[in-house]
Amino acid sequence: MTAVVEVRGLRFRYPDGTQALNGIDFTLRAGETVALFGANGSGKTTFVLHLNGLLTGEGFISICGEPLSKNNLAKIRAKVGMVFQDADEQLFLPTVLEDVAFGPANQGLSAQAANARAREMLDHVGMASALDKAPYHLSAGEKRRVALAGVLAMDPEILVLDEPTTFLDPPGRRDLVKLLKALPQAKLLATHDVSLAREIATRAVFFEKGKVAGEGPIDEIAERFNWTPEGT
Amino acid sequence: MHHVVVERWSRLDSFLHSLDARVKFGALLVFLIAVSTTPVTAQLAFGAYAVLLAVAALGSRLPLTGLLSRAALVLPFTGTFALMTWWAGNPERALALAEKSFLSGFAALLLIGTTPLTKLVAGLDSLGAPRALLLVIQFLYRYLFVISEEAQHMRMAASSRMGSAVGGRRMAAGAVGVLFARSSERAEGIYQAMLARGFQGHYPMAAPPSIMPRDAIFFASTLVFCAAVRFAL
Amino acid sequence: MHIPDGFLSPSVWAPLDIAALPGVAWVARRARLETEDRSIPLMGVMGAFVFAAQMINFPVGLGTSGHLVGGALLSIALGPAAASVVMTAILVVQAFVFQDGGIMALGANVFNMAIAGVLAGYIPYRFLNARWRTGAIFFAGMLSVLTSALLALSELWVSGVRLPNDLPLWLTLGLFVLNGLLEGAITVAAVGAIGRLNPTWIQQPEPSNARAKAVFASAALLLVVFGILLASEAPDAIQRLTNISLPEVSSAWLHKAGAGLGGMALIFVACALTSRFFARRQRSA
Repeated sequence: MTAVVEVRGLRFRYPDGTQALNGIDFTLRAGETVALFGANGSGKTTFVLHLNGLLTGEGFISICGEPLSKNNLAKIRAKVGMVFQDADEQLFLPTVLEDVAFGPANQGLSAQAANARAREMLDHVGMASALDKAPYHLSAGEKRRVALAGVLAMDPEILVLDEPTTFLDPPGRRDLVKLLKALPQAKLLATHDVSLAREIATRAVFFEKGKVAGEGPIDEIAERFNWTPEGT
Repeated sequence: MHHVVVERWSRLDSFLHSLDARVKFGALLVFLIAVSTTPVTAQLAFGAYAVLLAVAALGSRLPLTGLLSRAALVLPFTGTFALMTWWAGNPERALALAEKSFLSGFAALLLIGTTPLTKLVAGLDSLGAPRALLLVIQFLYRYLFVISEEAQHMRMAASSRMGSAVGGRRMAAGAVGVLFARSSERAEGIYQAMLARGFQGHYPMAAPPSIMPRDAIFFASTLVFCAAVRFAL
Repeated sequence: MHIPDGFLSPSVWAPLDIAALPGVAWVARRARLETEDRSIPLMGVMGAFVFAAQMINFPVGLGTSGHLVGGALLSIALGPAAASVVMTAILVVQAFVFQDGGIMALGANVFNMAIAGVLAGYIPYRFLNARWRTGAIFFAGMLSVLTSALLALSELWVSGVRLPNDLPLWLTLGLFVLNGLLEGAITVAAVGAIGRLNPTWIQQPEPSNARAKAVFASAALLLVVFGILLASEAPDAIQRLTNISLPEVSSAWLHKAGAGLGGMALIFVACALTSRFFARRQRSA
């Protein structure tokens, strides 16, 4: 399988001096779903923000064979669809339809075409009835699905999701998992939800203090690093 | 805050709701100008304006008691000045002050009660209002309830630690600080989410639908009525 | 001090409304020039923040509490142009969604609070910050609120809205000053708390020099001149009290409108000069 994400020796230091990433090597292959585990502050989110150029560190990153640089950010951001942890920050336009159409509109589609694509994606995630609603009136699960639709509308090859199951009630979580399972894109999930990983991921990568401390099958990693809520 | 009544009203359905936002805004301006320029002695005119508003209220299908009580919110402030004007020896002006401000408030309420703010903003944009300001208003409105809820949670958390509803000054300042911090970080998160979806500097602004004949008729009749009342009564 | 509709006479609200649109458009352009691309969501969110912050009670003793108005705080955190845009957005939302302040009166309220109030909240900070930080912030808060209140009162006065002659002047002035002191204290507390969390959130203006002081003096002088222009309308207003109807279309109307517009023009010129000066200083840094 081809590698859609390749990272070699990624290092990143925050302006206040914290060395957040200490040399990360990582590969994501087409169609794979990988879970990123690690304590808060271990660098998971910082790492993930490098994959679409929101943060720039030292080292090598290539997306679908193209190295990341200042000049191809638009293309990269169309290929890497990122769903952020805070859905309220992601749905910033007045109505659901406008928000989901934002991505395609930025890709150059006409207003009509962007709206059509948005409708299609909202239908796909089961939120077609919410077209004219304001994001404030949606539940956490609904917001998450709309955010996903907004990202899918750009036709990405890779999906990156940061803590996708936080604040979801059981039905909301069920719906999201079903949706994610059916999506063909390569997926990277930064998550604390080990059972989510067991359900949809094939391997796990464990972050510790800005480095990859281990990778392998979910259960093996969870046991090795004592990473289950129930304990051993 | 989620339950801002006027916001809920604006999403209902009625004749007034179905009219174009720009036309309603224009009609409101016409009405406000007429009321403002009406001489203080023209009590008949004020009566006629009230009739117009009553008809419009019927066409809005909004609850009358709700409308009246919300419009009456301006009365304490107005009442104080009206009383002072009365005391200063000008009862006519005092009465006119109360009437003008109540009528104006009621009319503005009809506009906002039948027009979602986002539609109004889109309408104003097509009329040429400064776009940067309208975009800021849109973002403000989008996050108004989110951040206000955060503030409310903080108040609750603080008061459950204090025992009285009023916390200390230092706690209040701390709360403002934390709220600012969260807002600042939120703004950064929004910007990142925008970049992640390919933002290039162009903000989308919905285009309002075209003006229908009924919109034009509504505006024209409001204009004619107000002009007639203003200059004839 | 949000003025509702029905209070101001057309000769007051009309020129202010007419001048407000290009004025706000100009300030909006400046705001985007002074901050980067992320400015619009930031300004929107900061507006929402001020709304929410106004809900937080600051106890002032004797069982009462006050709350932040925010013009000075915004000026200090975002700079005057962005602060003006945010305050304008807040006033528009307050007028339309919360019926706080009139719609025809928006021009006046925007001028009082979003332009004059913000500028008055920035100038003390800009020029006193280096020598006496707490004092600078305190005066910024106080002057911001005092300026808005005084302008509002002048506009009401010119429109013929009277306080009874028996009401002692010192009581009214005293209330104003108390309000100003309150805002000053709250702004100091709030800026302090914000700065402790992250100093970069508060703009640090450069220390002033003679040229800066000259610009400050002229801006202040122009504000005073405008105030005098407004107040000089007072004799006309007193005459009107004895007449029953307001002269709506007459030479008096045109005269007042002219004075109002003239005053507005002076203020805008002052703001333009001041901001161009600031921008030049920042770019040369």
